[in-house]
Amino acid sequence: MDKHRRKFLKIAGASVVAGIGAPAIIKLTATPALASGQGVAAAGHEAAPAAEHGGQGGHGEEAPQGVRLGMVIDLRKFNERPELLDAAIATCIAVHNIPEFPNSKDEVKWIWKAPFSGVFPEHSSQHSAKKITGNPAVSLCNHCDEPPCVRACPTQATFRNSANGIVAMDYHRCIGCRFCMAACPYGSRSFNWYDPRPYIKKYNKDFPSRMKGVVEKCNFCSERLALGQEPACVEACQGTGAITFGDLNDPNSGVRRLLDKEFSIQRKPSIGSKPSVFYIV
Amino acid sequence: MIEKTLKGKPAYWIWLAFLGMFMAVGAACYIRQYNVGLGLTGMSRDVSWGLYISQFTFLVGVAAGGVMLVLPYYVHNYKEFGRITILGEFLAIAAIIMCLLFIMADLGQPMRALNVVLHPSPNSMLFYDAIVLNGYLFLNILCGWVILTAEKKQVKPPKWIYFFVYLSIPFAVSIHTVTAMLYCGLPGRHFWLSAIIAPRFLASAFAAGPALILIACLVLKRVANFDAGRKAMNKLITIIIYAALLNMFFVGLEFFVAYYSNMPGHIEALQYMFFGMEHHGVMYNNLVPFMWAFVVLAFGAIALLVTPAARKNDLVLGIACLMLFVAFWLDKGVGFVLAGFVPNPLGEIVEYIPTMNEIGITLGVWATGFMVVTLLYKIAIGVEHEVEG
Repeated sequence: MDKHRRKFLKIAGASVVAGIGAPAIIKLTATPALASGQGVAAAGHEAAPAAEHGGQGGHGEEAPQGVRLGMVIDLRKFNERPELLDAAIATCIAVHNIPEFPNSKDEVKWIWKAPFSGVFPEHSSQHSAKKITGNPAVSLCNHCDEPPCVRACPTQATFRNSANGIVAMDYHRCIGCRFCMAACPYGSRSFNWYDPRPYIKKYNKDFPSRMKGVVEKCNFCSERLALGQEPACVEACQGTGAITFGDLNDPNSGVRRLLDKEFSIQRKPSIGSKPSVFYIV
Repeated sequence: MIEKTLKGKPAYWIWLAFLGMFMAVGAACYIRQYNVGLGLTGMSRDVSWGLYISQFTFLVGVAAGGVMLVLPYYVHNYKEFGRITILGEFLAIAAIIMCLLFIMADLGQPMRALNVVLHPSPNSMLFYDAIVLNGYLFLNILCGWVILTAEKKQVKPPKWIYFFVYLSIPFAVSIHTVTAMLYCGLPGRHFWLSAIIAPRFLASAFAAGPALILIACLVLKRVANFDAGRKAMNKLITIIIYAALLNMFFVGLEFFVAYYSNMPGHIEALQYMFFGMEHHGVMYNNLVPFMWAFVVLAFGAIALLVTPAARKNDLVLGIACLMLFVAFWLDKGVGFVLAGFVPNPLGEIVEYIPTMNEIGITLGVWATGFMVVTLLYKIAIGVEHEVEG
C-alpha cells in the first residue's frame, strides 16, 4: 500500500513539475554552488548504492533515492552575529517580492525570526541555557520528505518535486482553500488576504509576484537553483557557515558531512513529516 | 409541483421577502469580498479558517441528521415517520446547498473551484468530501422528488428508487465522517487529532438535525396546518436525547484524555475554549462565554426534553429544541474549528473576530438555506394537503 502510494505520488509529482524542477536538478548536480563551498558536488546520486544511505533510517526503511535538497542552520553562528539573520531575511523579501503588510494578521512570511521555544516546542527544557533558548531561532518551510500540506492539497497545487525533494507551489492552480495552512505543523505557509502588489517595497522583475487568494511559502529558491545559484538566504550568509545547503541523500555533500559531525535537531520530529531543514543549536 | 411555491398567505411572502433581504445584503458583501480579497474577513495567517468553514462543518451535520428519519422509516419500517421523512430529505438538500455556498465563500480563488475535479487528488480528504457532499445532494434531490411525485399521483414509488434511498443512508454517515477527517488527519493540530471527532460529529449531527426538523414540525403545525403526529414527534425526541447525551459524553472523554494525561498539546485548546489562556501576560478568552453557553444550553435542553410534562407543551418543546440546536451550533459551528488554531504551530495565540462583511455573507448564506427549505417544504406540504384533500 505504502509503496503504491509513494509510486503514485512520484508519478503525480513528476507529471505536475513544469519548468522549475527539471532544469534545477541538471544544474544542481553540475554546479559546485550546491555544496556551499564545503563538499564536492557529485553527479549521479541516483546511482549511489543503498548501503551508503543506511545511516539515519529505522527498521526496513526504504533507501533514499535521487536528490533530496536540505539545509543545515547553525544557530550558534546566528547567535554570534544576529545581523546575519536579518540580512538573510531581507534578501529573501527582496528576491521573492514578498509583500510587507502593516497589519500582522495579513502577514506573508517565508523565513522569519521566532522564539526558540516556539520553533522547537519539543526541545524546550525546564532549565535550559539562556545562550540557546534566549536567542531567536529561525523558521521557514521544512520541505518535508512526508509533507502533510501536500497530502491535504485537493488540487496538487502544492507538491513535492520528486526530482529534488522541494515542496513547491503552483500559484496558478491554487484555489485558496487554505487546507495546506491548517495541515502545516510549522506555520510556514502564508495566504494573500489582499492583492500583495501594492505592498511590495521594491519590485524584482526576475521573480513573479503573486495574486490575492493564493497560498505561498519558501520555495528553497528553485528559480536561483535553476540558474546554478545558491538560495538567497544561503548566499547572504556566505562564508560564515551559518546556513549550509545541499543534497541530504549524498553522503559526501556539505550538509551530510556537517550532520555527521555535529549534533542536530529537526522541528517537531514526533509529527513524522521528516523535515529537510536541520538545526545545530 | 413547483407551482405550489407561487401561492401562499401574506405571511409566506413576508417571510420570503425577509429572507431575500438578508440574501441581498449577503450578495453585496460577497461582491465586496470577491473584489478586495479575503482580507475583509477576520481570518489571519494564524486562524486561517473562520466562520465560513465552521458553518460548513456544522451544516454538514444538519444535512446528515436527516438520515435519522430515513433510516427508521425505510429500514425499520417505522410508519409514523411516513409524513415527515420528506422533511428530513428536503432539509438535507438545503443544508448541503449552504455547505457548498460556504465553501465557495471561503475560497481565495473561487473561479478555480473546478480544479478539484480537473486535478483529482485522492490523497486529499477535500477531494472525497466534494464527492460525498455532491453525491448526497444528488441522492436527496432524486429520492425526495421521485417519492413526492409518486405520492402526488397516489401511486407506489417505483422500485428502483429504493436502491438510492438505501444508498443515501451510508452517504449521510460518510459526509460527516469525511468532514471530520478533514480535521482529524492533520498531524500538527492536537485538538483535532482525535479519533473521536467523527463519532462526535455524528452524535451532535443526529441531535441537531432532528431538533431542527422538530422545530420545523411545530412551526408547520401552526402556519401550514400540518400535523406530524405526536407519536412521530415523541420518537424524534427520543433520538435527539440519546444523540445529544452521546455528544456530551464524547466531549467529556476529550476532557478526561487531555487533563488526566496532562499532555500540554491536548490541554491547550480546551483550556483556551473553556477557561481562557494566558500568554505573555495577556489573557485570551474570546470563546469562553460561547463554550459555557453551549454546556448550559445543551444540558438545559436535555433536562427539558426528558421531562414528560415539558415536552407535552409545544412551546416548551420548541424552545428546548432551539436551545439544543444553538448549543451544538456553538460547539461545532463556533468552538471546534476556531479553537483548533489556538495556539498556532509556533505556540503563539492569535484570536479571531469575524468582521461585519463576513457576518453579512454568513447571514446571507443562512438566509439562502432557509429560503430553499421554505420553498421545498411548501411543495411537500402542498402535495400532502392535496392528497389528503
